Amino acid sequence: MGWFASPGKLREAGVLGMNRRNVQCILRYNKRSLYPLVDNKLKTKLAAQAAGVAVPELVGVIEHQFQIKTLLNLIGERTQFVIKPVQGSGGKGILVIVGRDGNDFIKPSGQRVSVDYIARHASNILSGLFSLGGRTDQAMIEALINFDEALAQYSYEGVPDVRVVVYRGYPVMAMIRCATHSSDGKANLHQGAVGVGLNLANGRAICAVQNGSLVNKHPDTNHAFDDLEVPSWHAILMLACGAHEMTGLGYLGADIVLDKLYGPLILELNARPGLSIQVANQTGLLNRLKVIDTQCEQGPQNVEQRVAFSQQAFGL
Amino acid sequence: MKARIQLFIVAALLAVIGTSGALYKNLALDFPLWPGESRNVWTLQSKISFEPTGDPIEVTLALPEKHGNGIIIDENFSSSGFGFLINEERERRYARWSRRDANNKSAITLHYKMQVVHDNKILSEPAAPEGEVAKPRTYPSERESLRIFFEHLNEVSGTDASFTQLMLSKLNAREKSQDVSFLLSANNDDAMAVAAKLLAYRGIHFQTVKGVYLQDGRRRANYAQLLEIYSQGEWIQFNPETGERGLPDNFLVWQRGGISLLDVIGGVNSNVEFSMVVNTVPARTVAMMQDLSSQAALIDFSIYSLPVEQQGVFKTLLLIPIGALVVVFLRIIVGLPTSGTFMPILIALAFIETGLLAGLPMFLLVVGVGLWIRYYLSHLNLLLVARVSAVIIVVLGLMAFFSIASYKLGIDSAMSVTFFPTIILAWTIERMSTLWEEEGPRDVVKQGGGSLIVAIIAYGLMTNSIAKHLTFNFPELSLVLLALILMIGQYSGYRLSELYRFRHMIAAQKQAAKSQQAGQ
Repeated sequence: MGWFASPGKLREAGVLGMNRRNVQCILRYNKRSLYPLVDNKLKTKLAAQAAGVAVPELVGVIEHQFQIKTLLNLIGERTQFVIKPVQGSGGKGILVIVGRDGNDFIKPSGQRVSVDYIARHASNILSGLFSLGGRTDQAMIEALINFDEALAQYSYEGVPDVRVVVYRGYPVMAMIRCATHSSDGKANLHQGAVGVGLNLANGRAICAVQNGSLVNKHPDTNHAFDDLEVPSWHAILMLACGAHEMTGLGYLGADIVLDKLYGPLILELNARPGLSIQVANQTGLLNRLKVIDTQCEQGPQNVEQRVAFSQQAFGL
Repeated sequence: MKARIQLFIVAALLAVIGTSGALYKNLALDFPLWPGESRNVWTLQSKISFEPTGDPIEVTLALPEKHGNGIIIDENFSSSGFGFLINEERERRYARWSRRDANNKSAITLHYKMQVVHDNKILSEPAAPEGEVAKPRTYPSERESLRIFFEHLNEVSGTDASFTQLMLSKLNAREKSQDVSFLLSANNDDAMAVAAKLLAYRGIHFQTVKGVYLQDGRRRANYAQLLEIYSQGEWIQFNPETGERGLPDNFLVWQRGGISLLDVIGGVNSNVEFSMVVNTVPARTVAMMQDLSSQAALIDFSIYSLPVEQQGVFKTLLLIPIGALVVVFLRIIVGLPTSGTFMPILIALAFIETGLLAGLPMFLLVVGVGLWIRYYLSHLNLLLVARVSAVIIVVLGLMAFFSIASYKLGIDSAMSVTFFPTIILAWTIERMSTLWEEEGPRDVVKQGGGSLIVAIIAYGLMTNSIAKHLTFNFPELSLVLLALILMIGQYSGYRLSELYRFRHMIAAQKQAAKSQQAGQ
């Protein structure tokens, strides 16, 4: 294997490049005015709630430093919650609390933290420590997701999430991102998480990739990915496609988590989803986008029809 | 698709405007395309000497005029004790020195010095002469000889030009015919006077061309004359001594038309002599000097019309499009990650101020120490604005410290770091440390290194003497860069980095295909 693949080979494999993605997908189908809706997690959540799209429950929002004192009131009797920056990206600044012991809180790692620690974290979020470009931010408190045990053995120190790329309302490719020890519990592929390509027809694993190379079991839990099958698959696709109607974006990535009680919930939307999903699936996106383009000429279809079409067209 | 075609048209238009502007300046205004191209500039000094008679003095020197083959870049006069002015009459320029009191009867010399670029290409045609040629005044005694000579010449020549050429060669022949010898003696051996009469007989308009044969280091040269006849709509020059046709290569035309070169009233034994020396001067200087005087609209409305200081600023500013092109190319075509789009350009500009050898280590040092200090500051949970401001002050302190330290150590070059743009450094540190916190040190090295590589390449191109020369002298070429950037802006092919990124995928697919084949 050489250092570089030839452009011809990439084109043959239908790989979508960054430039083509920017010009032909994002610039064409994602109006700039729609960005704030997805870049701001609070707006996304409110819009989703208004549209009846399932999202994790919103506990409260802290907008000003002086409100931090009311943090305990907001949390109330809850023992499990997540504090995250509204404009953060890439999972930065997310504080997860899984338990409570009197005035102390317990992080997933078992570490105990005081109320002051949480207050300081919230203050940091407000001052823009985690937001893009350091803008002042808001802190959002969300209910913790009780993630489905069916997937527990595939993720280490973090919640696995399903990323579905939706093009013009049709799901085109999906993967599940599993946190690893080396990714520090985060689900970002470029930080070392494992990306598992999923069969659009049934949510079964196709292949798994870590740092660009194929793997067949989770490096920390040693669980083989072969028998991975994401439950509630149809519901997940329906949810992802609904995000198209909700936001108006023609090219988006929907990050979906599976909650034990509520089923699939939209965690986050992304107006510029990356290209690593192609690596996780070992398949190029380009050919699938073309299929959608021709399908779109047939006229508009509802969510149910679009999901059915994609499952049929892109299933393996 | 429509937008794409529009873009192509806009880009093509920009490129055409840019290149044609540059070509016009190059071809018509003579701006040199390459730096270091040079021109010969002649410094020509004419020395007028005469002995005053005691009457009021008026000296008139005809100055090189419009229809010459020299471009005067600079001229100056010495006029000690004389009133001096330059007159312009009917496209002709005269220098006039005058003085009333002339009790001093010792010889006087006056000087006129000019710097001139000799260029035969610019020789233009004076207007066609009007009316009939006046009948020449002849002595009754020479008429017969003139007639015989004229008829002989008429017989053996076809055109006016060959008539003139033949006449001149006969007049200058070593063994002259009787008639020619007689004519010359009757006219005080003035071949030109005889020639004038013969040309007038034939009805040819003519004039003399006064000028100087250019020769480096020549002193005390006299002016020379050429004979110029008007035939079939054009002026043709002849060397009156040899009959050679055409303008000699090194002949600088001073004056066309029969007017005398030098008139001295109130003086005798007047004489004008020339001395000359040639210099090699950068062609741009010449182009600028000549066009500033000729006021070509394109130049008049350009950077050159600004004061020199502002020109210096523009010299740097005009390099930015080159840096932008480098960034666009490396990011879109190569896929090199940089932190921010224009930080590499700013870093490159900073390098231009310090020089790369001093700037690069300084940059790494200041940013390194700054990052460390910034890490400490963020530990203190400062708000963003306060944090950035603190970083700026720290950077200032660092720069002062390094400058003083390097000075004490006797390293001179690091001194220039004083001018290192503080804000750029502070900004770099802030960005890098945010990146560190958000993405980890690997991304800092990746993006910071990428930015630095782009900055160094941009620096290399921006300090390139050809690039500097072209951007400053042909700012319209920025439009071509703009067109290029527009074209790259809609490139939707793969980046070089993606060929690397997806290489495993292609290899795996190939392997799968192979094993499938083997299976069958």
